[in-house]
Amino acid sequence: MTELTNLTIHETLRKLRAREVSPIEVTEAYIKKIEENNSKYNAYVTTSFDKALDGAKESEKRYINGTNKSLDGIAIGVKDLFCTKDIRTTACSHIIDNFVPKYESNVTQNLLNDGALFLGKLNLDEFAMGGSNETSCFGPVVNPWSKDVKLVAGGSSGGSAAAVSANLCAGSTGTDTGGSIRQPAAFCGVTGIKPTYGRCSRYGVIAFASSLDQAGPICKDVTDCALMLNSMAGYDNRDATSSNVSVPDFTSFIGQDIRGLKVGIPDEYRIEGMNEEIAQYWNKATKMLEERGAEIVRISLPHTKYALPSYYVIAPAEASSNLARYDGIRYGNRVDGNNMEELYINTRTQGFGKEVKRRILIGTYVLSAGFYDAYYLKAQKVRRLIKNDFDEAFKKCDVILTPTTPVEAFAIGDKTMSENPINMYLNDVYTVSVNLAGLPAMSLPIGLSKNGLPLGMQLIGKAFDEATIFKTAYQLERDVNFKRI
Amino acid sequence: MAVDNEIVKNIAYLSRIKVEQDKLEETKTEFNKILAWVEELNEVNVDNIQPLISVHEDPIVLREDVVTVENSSNDVLANAPQKEFGYFAVPKVVE
Repeated sequence: MTELTNLTIHETLRKLRAREVSPIEVTEAYIKKIEENNSKYNAYVTTSFDKALDGAKESEKRYINGTNKSLDGIAIGVKDLFCTKDIRTTACSHIIDNFVPKYESNVTQNLLNDGALFLGKLNLDEFAMGGSNETSCFGPVVNPWSKDVKLVAGGSSGGSAAAVSANLCAGSTGTDTGGSIRQPAAFCGVTGIKPTYGRCSRYGVIAFASSLDQAGPICKDVTDCALMLNSMAGYDNRDATSSNVSVPDFTSFIGQDIRGLKVGIPDEYRIEGMNEEIAQYWNKATKMLEERGAEIVRISLPHTKYALPSYYVIAPAEASSNLARYDGIRYGNRVDGNNMEELYINTRTQGFGKEVKRRILIGTYVLSAGFYDAYYLKAQKVRRLIKNDFDEAFKKCDVILTPTTPVEAFAIGDKTMSENPINMYLNDVYTVSVNLAGLPAMSLPIGLSKNGLPLGMQLIGKAFDEATIFKTAYQLERDVNFKRI
Repeated sequence: MAVDNEIVKNIAYLSRIKVEQDKLEETKTEFNKILAWVEELNEVNVDNIQPLISVHEDPIVLREDVVTVENSSNDVLANAPQKEFGYFAVPKVVE
């Protein structure tokens, strides 16, 4: 018999609804799996098993009396960036490593309302700043696909991707500011979608860069992502940037055919010195979609090259502003000083890690008097051009196909990454434009590299057109037939 | 626009983060590397381009001003590093 923890969410729901298994059995299976394996992967930084089991008992009652909801009894993991009422929430930073929220984020509340259970909180790069999960104050996540050498799970949602990959939860929540859902999903051989900016409320999500941050699910397959996003998405008047647009049933697009769909292939993403295997898989995915009746269209996104530099001005600028709140007064850890100012400085100097400090400093610099126009304003103008590129491209196509990452998962402690932050930043080369333009994009596994490591493909849609992504991704998934762990 | 040690010190102060004297040089070098990289943006002609602050360009909708029961004072203070008499406590700021 297949282990319960290997099942997708839709398979588990089928068994739960048929009363073949109970939510308690499923939850206990995940708890056992976590207890046996978490030390290998370092995916969970806090567990909430008692709450999960209490929830499972309630869920059991609903299945018995027929009032079960859309995700009833589904055990998920939550990125430790979402505030969860009475469950420690740390952003994987020492500065708030004792913070226990008294409120629930909108996204996690939506999941609870639909019957989901939380197994615990998942590791991430400190304040979601990083692409390898190595900046976490709890240490890096280990990629479940690692062989002899321990590999990174990607970041910042490294714990979320690894936990799904290693079957330590049925699905997880992530957030994506520059690729933080899609890149770890690609590295760990799982599927994740960053929805359109404004699709999910940011209320209760610890802020990194507010104009770019967006929550989304990481799951075992495309259908599961649709099920989870159905629950997570929706207007919330506590987030002024949350969009009051109707949320379709994303599962209704699963299985729709893609004949006549126009798939754009951007010239500029075929970068010089591109990894040969990734280029081959990109061609293969293009052929698969073509064989299913899609029309392949060459498109141009001329400002692609400037997306990363623009992002690395805008994101640190917003971060420096957002992280000003960590002052040791209202929550988090305080390091005393002789006066208020020393208290602030001591608290922040000891509380924040190296990468977070680096970004706060850069952000403060680009926003400071005399440099604001040269960096921040300039980057915002380039951001407009990047969005205009997509607007033009989407006149010619319905969805865009690209690789998710330029490389496969690398070793923890890799020198080329740790010695030069720019090398780490370059990991986001295919993902970051999407955040600047506010578009939805999904990463799904396309196959294994010659080293036996997962690689991902990315589908980018028009704003609020996740539907086309789901439709296309599902057809691709059928043809790829990726073997999960 | 290369930064020097003085600018780094000032930025650190504005950020309320201490950069130790022996880390100044390293921080400055790293800073300049990143700035040189983002200066690629200068190649782009942005004449007559409006900055894109957020993709959410619709007017912000105001919500009804209604009383809610969120955020009781106990909840607000629950995570305070130091509290006294129902307030956040801080070192003396007025002499």
